[in-house]
Amino acid sequence: MDELTPRDSEFGLEKAAAESAPILDQSAGSFFKQLLGFWVTFAAQFRKVNTVQYPEEKEPTAERFHGRHQLNRHPDGLEKCIGCELCAWACPADAIYVEGGDNTPDAQYSPGERYGKVYQINYLRCVFCGLCIEACPTRALTMTNEYELADDSRRKLIFEKEDLLAPLRQGMLMPPHPMYPDSTDTTYYKGEVPHSHPSQEPNV
Amino acid sequence: MNAATLIGNDPGWLIAVKGLIVFVLCVLLTLMSVWGERRIVARMQMRLGPNRVGPFGLLQSLADGVKLALKEDLIPKAADRIVFVIAPVISATTCFMAFAVMPLTGKVSLFGHQTVMQLTDLPVGVLYVLAIASVGVYGIVLAGWSSGSTYPLLGGLRSSAQVISYEVAMGLSLVAVFIYSGSMSTADIVAAQHKWWYAVVLFPSFVIYAISMVGETNRAPFDLAEAEGELVGGFHTEYSSLKFALFFLAEYVNIVAVSSLATTLFLGGYHALPGLGFTENWLGGWFCMVWFFAKVIAFFYLFVWLRGTLPRMRYDQFMKFGWKVLIPSSLLWILVVATLRVMSARGAPRALIAAFTFGVVLLIMAATSLYEKANRTINVESLPDSSVEPSFPVPHVSGINRVESNNG
Repeated sequence: MDELTPRDSEFGLEKAAAESAPILDQSAGSFFKQLLGFWVTFAAQFRKVNTVQYPEEKEPTAERFHGRHQLNRHPDGLEKCIGCELCAWACPADAIYVEGGDNTPDAQYSPGERYGKVYQINYLRCVFCGLCIEACPTRALTMTNEYELADDSRRKLIFEKEDLLAPLRQGMLMPPHPMYPDSTDTTYYKGEVPHSHPSQEPNV
Repeated sequence: MNAATLIGNDPGWLIAVKGLIVFVLCVLLTLMSVWGERRIVARMQMRLGPNRVGPFGLLQSLADGVKLALKEDLIPKAADRIVFVIAPVISATTCFMAFAVMPLTGKVSLFGHQTVMQLTDLPVGVLYVLAIASVGVYGIVLAGWSSGSTYPLLGGLRSSAQVISYEVAMGLSLVAVFIYSGSMSTADIVAAQHKWWYAVVLFPSFVIYAISMVGETNRAPFDLAEAEGELVGGFHTEYSSLKFALFFLAEYVNIVAVSSLATTLFLGGYHALPGLGFTENWLGGWFCMVWFFAKVIAFFYLFVWLRGTLPRMRYDQFMKFGWKVLIPSSLLWILVVATLRVMSARGAPRALIAAFTFGVVLLIMAATSLYEKANRTINVESLPDSSVEPSFPVPHVSGINRVESNNG
């Protein structure tokens, strides 16, 4: 790795001066200097290879790698997405399709009035630029590090809401269910809802 | 009994068996060399290369062959259909024919017959190889022309010009070998190298041959005819499926063929390395084949090494190099060799021969130093005057004082 890091002199004034200096000696010694190239390739044969045996060995991606999207949930299980379509508007590749729907007392999917009824991302179009993530006002949409998205048909590469939603964690309930007692959407956004409340469980 | 008599006594069935052996060896060597090249180049680029099919990926070229065979065979609308089909056949058949005169072993017994592992021994064997190589060019030219497409045509033209130019240098480099061995038969040339390899005795010829064989086979750094970046593959752009496979096969068999010729003419053929002569009797003489192929593989490695190291040459530089450097220098070398040969044949005193050699070396040194001196003065004079601001805009570089321009 050391040899890849440029030394200061390679970018400094000395380099600029050296590059713009006229080349006086064009022929002498250049033939043997060219032969040095053969040594480079020959020696490289005995160095360690950089290949990763991919399907068998998987190396973790960079921490902030742009992979498949994920629709997040509040700690009680309600969806964060409010169906505002800002992600779809931000998308330069027109890969996102959103249809918002109204929450009703019987079917509450997200805190507040609206939720994302239909949410599709077309991974044949998506360029993984992350502008949708920047646009999202509720941090509902984030990206994971998952990159194995190849498939054999166009249909399979349009991910629906079910494919994108984050799994239920400890203390979460599958929506639709009522909001946390004595809370508004603001308390949700402030992160004041710790987990689901027994009153939110569906009446069986 | 010499090789020619032994071959002359071969019954018909033995010739057929030998032909089969040579063919199978060529195809196997080709498959292995495609794999070997990819593995070696990969290591040079710090990769692994094909390692999926079979142990160490050994069956990769077989898998590629099957894949190519299963592909759709397209013939473009504008193509000349008959020539289009014939061209790859010409390429693939001619490249195998060169092996007919390659001596692979000395005296061995094959199915109870005393013979040598060489299909036939022509008195003009080496000329035959050169002639076959020239016929092989027809495959390339016709493929380029009959595709009915621009880039293949350019590739075919380049290729023909290239192969013709480098064949001249190649042929001239072989003249010294003929003068020294007094024969054009491959078996006799190998026999003549019993004491000293011609790569040592005729080193300049060897260098010229080694360079021109790379040009002859259209390989990097002389792969201008295929030049992926410029010609989209060159003459075989429009070919697919088995027809493409034939060109692919031809290219690699050609490499093996010119390497074999180099081995035969300059590296002592099937003879063992100096000091290991006792190995030639192992396995009843068959062990010679190991030496032969070891030398061929060494040449093949050289090809791969060149490809892994050097960038492609520019076309005009390439032609200039062939016509203005290789051909004149080999002509000069032939003159020297012929003079030496005649002097020693006429029984000239050793001092005279030494004096002549010394004189030639001195003359060459004087000429090169004069040439370089002339070059250096030109270089200094032709340098741009750095104190004058150039007429085109240049980026500002701190630390370098430029004369401020008046109009700014």
